[in-house]
Amino acid sequence: MPQLAPHPRALPGGAVPRLLSGLDQAGAPVGLDEHLARWGPVSWGHAQSSLLDDLEASGLAGHGGAWFPVSVKWRSVRGGLLKRPVVVANAAEGEPASSKDELLMARLPHLVLDGASAAGAALGAGRVIVYAPGHLVASVEHAVAQRRQRSIDPVAIEVVEAADTFIAGQETAVVNALNRKLPLPTFVGIDPIRTKGVGGRPTLVQNVETLAHVALVARFGPAWFRGLGTPAAPGTMLMTLHGRGEGPRIVEAPLGMRLGDVLGLSADEARHYWGVLLGGYGGGWLPMAGALDLRLDEAEARRHGASLGAGVVVLLPAPACPLAETARIVRYLDQQKAGQCGPCVNGLGELSALCTALALQPSTLRGRVEPLLDVCALVEGRGACRHPDGATRVVRSALQVFGHEVKAHLGGGPCAHVGAPSALPGLGRIDLGRGPAARGRKGRP
Amino acid sequence: MKRRLALVVDAVACDGHGVCAELFPERVTLDRWGFPLLDGAGIAPAHLEHAERAVVACPRLALHLKELERKP
Repeated sequence: MPQLAPHPRALPGGAVPRLLSGLDQAGAPVGLDEHLARWGPVSWGHAQSSLLDDLEASGLAGHGGAWFPVSVKWRSVRGGLLKRPVVVANAAEGEPASSKDELLMARLPHLVLDGASAAGAALGAGRVIVYAPGHLVASVEHAVAQRRQRSIDPVAIEVVEAADTFIAGQETAVVNALNRKLPLPTFVGIDPIRTKGVGGRPTLVQNVETLAHVALVARFGPAWFRGLGTPAAPGTMLMTLHGRGEGPRIVEAPLGMRLGDVLGLSADEARHYWGVLLGGYGGGWLPMAGALDLRLDEAEARRHGASLGAGVVVLLPAPACPLAETARIVRYLDQQKAGQCGPCVNGLGELSALCTALALQPSTLRGRVEPLLDVCALVEGRGACRHPDGATRVVRSALQVFGHEVKAHLGGGPCAHVGAPSALPGLGRIDLGRGPAARGRKGRP
Repeated sequence: MKRRLALVVDAVACDGHGVCAELFPERVTLDRWGFPLLDGAGIAPAHLEHAERAVVACPRLALHLKELERKP
């Protein structure tokens, strides 16, 4: 179980935790009585009549990584008239560096379940399903049972065990799993899941942190929600921080806050780090200088070639080879691909090999990074899901942020730190010295 | 305003047979692995017949004509 940051209230800028308020360091889940005493009940009638408008006014965007406006997504799901929609609370947090959804499900299940039921009420859903990793299923079922005893939820909440892979949480993969197919993404160009998802019904797949925010908008309204954050990026976000102390730490930060303040890192201390990986393994590298002053805002992160993603921040400490770390990420993403789409199947394999070459045997590239950029351009936007695009974002940002190291590798061979152990959570077992496992190729022989 | 159609490929279904590039080289080329490169732009009326033939001939039924969303 991830740790909470020592004291979320200690964040500068007057940051007050919202979802996590009152949560202590001990690991017990907040029970139904305590939850209701803290937040009060949700009015399902009110959710049915005005939650969509309240969400639009609140400006809440999805916290699963895409930052898509929640009200726009919900309205598109409601479009199906002949079949009642399905709401899926998505807790399949495949990213190994992220544990904020795990914390929510383990400690604050009722906030998520309130949000799921509120979504169900607002959309007139006939089914509400929680899709959660195996180790969380029992505790979520316990929370659901507590609520059933008191007839809290208008529609009975189902709990389904999620697949344990990086891409399991991708929304078409979630729908496929719930339709008893393999948990892999599907091409949605013709039949999007918002019109044809679980059981062929219009389906909303929403990240569980997003639903926790929904639970509070349903209670306190959009003006309250906008009390933290900025006009363009309202509210707060949960983040998983790595590289400051032992193990991951979860914080809740208001959007718009300086990343340097979230990390509690001064410009002086920042010199001990190579850079920041923002947005996890499908995110992007930022140089320390730019990272500290970056405001938590998806539009700003995109302008810097990264993404807030699901709120993962990994600090890379100074004695390390950022190119070897990048190669590990790409190797991992190559291993975790679904293996369905030709450009991704072939392209990520090539990209992984090229990144490894840049780290370990740069002379084989003959001084050129163009082959890496060519493969990036060849896979971007060509998969059924965004998995390959995340890999290319990491590569492109690395070539930019670590340009000096790229030149040094290409000109003088690998640096002294290529063999150092990885600082990346969950990727310690990836051995760049050994070639990627042989995999089936897709396409013409 | 008239309907504008564009080619899209279901990359999961596509196995890179290359029939589309054979039948509609004006707008479909293949990458170095044999998978179609599409630009997503509308098909000119004069080309629509070729596009439709490519869609029907795809051995994996991976190629689709999709109506482009109109700009408001």
